[in-house]
Parts: sequence; structure tokens; C-alpha cells
Amino acid sequence: MLEGLDLDVPRGGFVLVTGPNGSGKTTLLRLCAGLYAPTAGELEVEVERGAIGFLAHEPLVYRELTALENLDLYGRLYRLSERRERAGAMLERFGLWRARNERAGTFSRGMLQRLALCRTFLHDPDLLLLDEPFDGLDAEGAHLLHSELAERASVTALVATHDPEALAARSTARLALA
Amino acid sequence: MSAYAGDVAALARKDLLLEVRSRDTLPAMLLFVVSALTIFHFALPAGSSERAETGLLWIAIVFTALLGLTRAFAPEREEGVLDGLVLAPCDRSAIWLGKTIGMTAFLVLAEIVALPAFALFFHPLSWELVAAVALADIGIASIGTLLAAIAAASRARELLLPLLFLPLAIPVVIGGVGASIASNPGSFLGFLVLYDGVFAILSWASFEYVVTE
Repeated sequence: MLEGLDLDVPRGGFVLVTGPNGSGKTTLLRLCAGLYAPTAGELEVEVERGAIGFLAHEPLVYRELTALENLDLYGRLYRLSERRERAGAMLERFGLWRARNERAGTFSRGMLQRLALCRTFLHDPDLLLLDEPFDGLDAEGAHLLHSELAERASVTALVATHDPEALAARSTARLALA
Repeated sequence: MSAYAGDVAALARKDLLLEVRSRDTLPAMLLFVVSALTIFHFALPAGSSERAETGLLWIAIVFTALLGLTRAFAPEREEGVLDGLVLAPCDRSAIWLGKTIGMTAFLVLAEIVALPAFALFFHPLSWELVAAVALADIGIASIGTLLAAIAAASRARELLLPLLFLPLAIPVVIGGVGASIASNPGSFLGFLVLYDGVFAILSWASFEYVVTE
């Protein structure tokens, strides 16, 4: 997988990664996040681990914790100052404030994706690795994500997507995996 | 409190909170250990040796621990949370330590019920037995949590964990039974302290490599 890939993403670059199922989009993002180690070749990510915002297929949140508790735990692990306030602000921004004290396990797919986006952006990452960020989002959720990305225009991003047109205006490059 | 200790405390508190809400692990451990001791009580012939009775208690403890360890990383596995924890800038060994503290707490709670039940069914408890159980809990939770993390990454996790854990639990049973019935319990308790120290350090140092592929 990912044979012959030569990719250099400059700071501030916004790269759309496209390709059919099984082409290695998720693998590429996990490699960049440091969750996989490359078996061959070289990979250099000039961003510290704590400065990566990783959105996976799964929301990476505990089902038995509330939305606020999940973000508070991540805030603690990311050493955020005023983490409760930041968690609250993220939940408000993604329209989850009223559900802040509900357990993530009771959330719909779209709400879980919004919570996952809150977790991804919580620590103001320098590098965004987003795997199908619009998955499960309704029109309002998609609009909120567009707004969030617009506010973070200077952040480097790799976005794996089956719908490149949704982010075409933002992209600086496209990588098509076969 | 240092940042590391704060991370560990937050992760351990999270595990206890998850258990309070889901009640997935502890009730099963309690039911298992009490059921096992009840079966042993009726299965063991009258006048059996203290060694046999104590041995059965240790078997019950090891398998109760195994039951808890099987579920140790279930909440992380369900929604891929382990990836989220691994990506956080905290020391990854804090994840292991927090989980180990949570698992030790579950074991202690199970034994708060199991030891009086053992005393009721078999013979009175000695301080050596209680000390051995307390020391064994630390060793079992330390190595068990590491092995549970290894097994969690496998599709055959339910099969893999006993295969990895039970051989490494044999020294705990030897030390535990020895400390409970031998005339020189000090050396067996010392052996358990050594076991705890060796496996805690090994697990603490190697956890990072287990959770990154």
C-alpha cells in the first residue's frame, strides 16, 4: 500500500486525498499521525504529537462519558488552560451545548461526528488530519465545519474524502491514490 | 501534583467513573469469584488440607482477574479511543498506570467480598494471606494491563489474553500459596514484591511500544 508515494506538504497547505476504498487514504493519515510506523520509505512530520488534530472514522470518545466530560478529559491530557471553558466553547460552536451533559453513547451519528470535530479542534492543532470529515453531518453541521476550517485557514491539513468538491475551494493540492 | 500524576489520576478516575456507569466488569468479577468459591466449597472433600483450600482461593483470584482484564480495554476499543489517548501529548505510560490503578481497585473490591467468603467456607484468614493477596493484586494488574493492551489489538483477543496472562500468573500463585501456608512467609512475600517491581517496571517502560504500531 502507498507504494511510490512522494508527497511534500508545505506549512499552510490544504491537501485533499482522494481514491477508491482500500487505496490507502486512512493509512496515509494514520502514518502522518504516528499511529502506524512506515514499513519502508521515509516519513517526516514537522509537527509535535500534541499539535495534531486527528479525525478518524470512529469519534475517539467514551460512550459512557458525557460530551463535556470527554472534552474535559482530552483537555486535561493536552494540558489546556481553562479547559472547561474551551470545551464549552467548542460544544457551543458545533451546536452541542444543550447536549453537553448527555452521554456520547446516546448521540446520533451526526452528533457523534460533531463531538469528534470538537475533540479534533479543541487544542488548536497546527496539523489537521481529517478522515471523511463530512461523514454523518447534516447541512448545518457541514456549514459549521466549513466555518471552522475558514477560521483556521493557515493550518496545514490533509483531508481524505470521497467528496472533494465540498472542499475544492480550500484545497491547495490534490493527491489521488489508486 | 505533577502533570504526570494529574494525567494518571484523570485516567484512573475516568475508568472508575465508566465502571460506575456501565457496571460491566465489577459485578461479573464478584459473581464469578463468589460462585467459584461456593463450587470449591462443595467440591472439596471434608478434611482437605489448608494448602488445597488456599490453592483454590488463588485459582479463583487469578481467573477473576482474567475476567476483569478481558474487559480492561473494551471502552477504548469500542470507539477507537485508544488512538485519541495515544495522540495526546501526555506520557503514554500514564495510560498504562491509570488503567493499572483502576484494575487494582476492581481486584481489591472483588477481594473485599471474596476473602470473607473464603473465611466463611474454608478457614480463617491470616495476615500473611491478606498481605499476599494485596501484593499479588499489584503484580496481576501491572502485567495484566500490559497484556490486555496487546490482546486488545488482536481479533482473537479473548483467546490471546489467557494464553499470555496465565503462564505469567503462575509465579503469583506460587508466591501467594507459599506466603499463605509456609512457615517462612517472609521469603514468599519478598518474592511477590520482587515480581511486582520487575513486571511493573517492564510494563511501564514497554507500554509505549505496545500501543504504537
